[in-house]
Amino acid sequence: MEERKTKIRAFLGKFFKNREIGDDEDIFELGFVNSLLAMQLVQFLEKEFGVTIEDDDLDLDNFRTVNRLDALVARKKGEGAEAGELAHAGS
Amino acid sequence: MPEADADPGVAVADAPDGDDAAAGVENAAERPGMWLELDAAQEAARQEFRRFTRERVAPEAGRWDREGKVDPEAVDELRRRGWLGALLPEEVGGGDWDPVTYGLLTEEIGRGCSSLRSLLTVHEMGALALARWASRELKAEVLPSLAGGERLIALALSEPDVGSDAASVATSARRDGGEGGDWVLDGTKRWITFGQIADLFLVFARVEGEAAESAGKKQLFGGGKDGGGKGSKIAAFLVPADAPGFSRAPIGHIVGSRASQLAELTFDGCRVPAGHLVGRVGFGFSHVASTALDQGRYSVAWGSVGLAQACLDACLEHTAEREQFGATLNQHHLVRRKLTEMIVAVRGARLLCYRAGHLRRQGDPSAASETLIAKYQASRTATACANDAVQLHGAWGLSEDRPLERYLRDAKVTEIIEGSSQILQTLIPRYPLPEL
Repeated sequence: MEERKTKIRAFLGKFFKNREIGDDEDIFELGFVNSLLAMQLVQFLEKEFGVTIEDDDLDLDNFRTVNRLDALVARKKGEGAEAGELAHAGS
Repeated sequence: MPEADADPGVAVADAPDGDDAAAGVENAAERPGMWLELDAAQEAARQEFRRFTRERVAPEAGRWDREGKVDPEAVDELRRRGWLGALLPEEVGGGDWDPVTYGLLTEEIGRGCSSLRSLLTVHEMGALALARWASRELKAEVLPSLAGGERLIALALSEPDVGSDAASVATSARRDGGEGGDWVLDGTKRWITFGQIADLFLVFARVEGEAAESAGKKQLFGGGKDGGGKGSKIAAFLVPADAPGFSRAPIGHIVGSRASQLAELTFDGCRVPAGHLVGRVGFGFSHVASTALDQGRYSVAWGSVGLAQACLDACLEHTAEREQFGATLNQHHLVRRKLTEMIVAVRGARLLCYRAGHLRRQGDPSAASETLIAKYQASRTATACANDAVQLHGAWGLSEDRPLERYLRDAKVTEIIEGSSQILQTLIPRYPLPEL
């Protein structure tokens, strides 16, 4: 969902200043993600999209890109098989 | 138990013209602006915490400090009052308090005894990390007893050679028997607060063997000294004190928080069931430890405010009574200057705690950053106020007959635990903060 991706990009943009993040760009490879941002990312997803991230969701591939984050939220919200497949790809 | 759950927390709303705080709170969540005020339930809770500290904690804190342990009866009292499970959800028997009311509890207990406050801190750190990241089965197994305080939990992160660089823990964990097999831990943890009496430990270890291989390919952080992501193989485990291969020894002769019953823990082929993994391999530091440390910083921040307030209270009383050069101390301008600095610093630190608490209640992602700031400022304020309090009391400030020297020793600890002031200095400028 484009609106959701826009919000995710805006959140990540606060941390990756002066850099536009592509939807398939690996945020971990950019080298700025540390434990505090990792936790804030979880809190952002939960507050913004009304989902609960649980221990089963702790797969780095769920958090790696804007598209993956969008798919994780879609799966948590039960938005269809397509999103669920994307979330699990590569895990 | 305070009626904290009936209320949304510290109000953040337009300042009302009248003085009807309760009415203002009702619409607080929907209204913009900054108006910080406790509601009636929070104020009642604060008075209860303050009374408990004045009557049951402060009179005993010096003795506990000298004896190196808190009175078990005081721990029982926390348990009976439901304060050990204050932040855990109601469905497991917790109090589900709002974060500000919890902050008030740690402030008031911290005003009387930093060691007893530390018990609240570490128990909530461990319990909340479990509530957040343990499997449903493990939660069902342990959270009710943690909420009721029947069992105490401590955090086992620091090691003899690992402090601030916590993602470099050397304690190892390996699976015995492949998928579904027990976890076997080897290593040493040190400086574990209330490690002498805790029933459970949330232990952080570096996973070795096959279980580490898949996790190692998925780096969360930049390269570490092992060539992989520094936190990529860290996992968290719940270890009961009666687990085979576990032992502990008390640590004494520390400068501050002497009654916090520190221990060194040894894991010698220590074995726990597969289901005692908390979160997943590779997420032990980034998510499980971070959740615990964030909570710890919040608690220490409030406790530091309480400690600083105790210093200020003592100074206001002492300088009003003691006469030198024909006038009470508080009539001397240099003394007034010190008192002013203390008053302003304590209020500033408390406001930062309120703000962090409000954001935590809202689940705001910036709460963690604001908590870093609150902890940084509050712990530095506690040390500064304790230093000034000793100075203003002169020789009495150095004497065990007054609590000032204990305050100074305890204050220094707050600048080292849950992220030293220097670590926080490296973190705070890196994170975007909402405009105030």
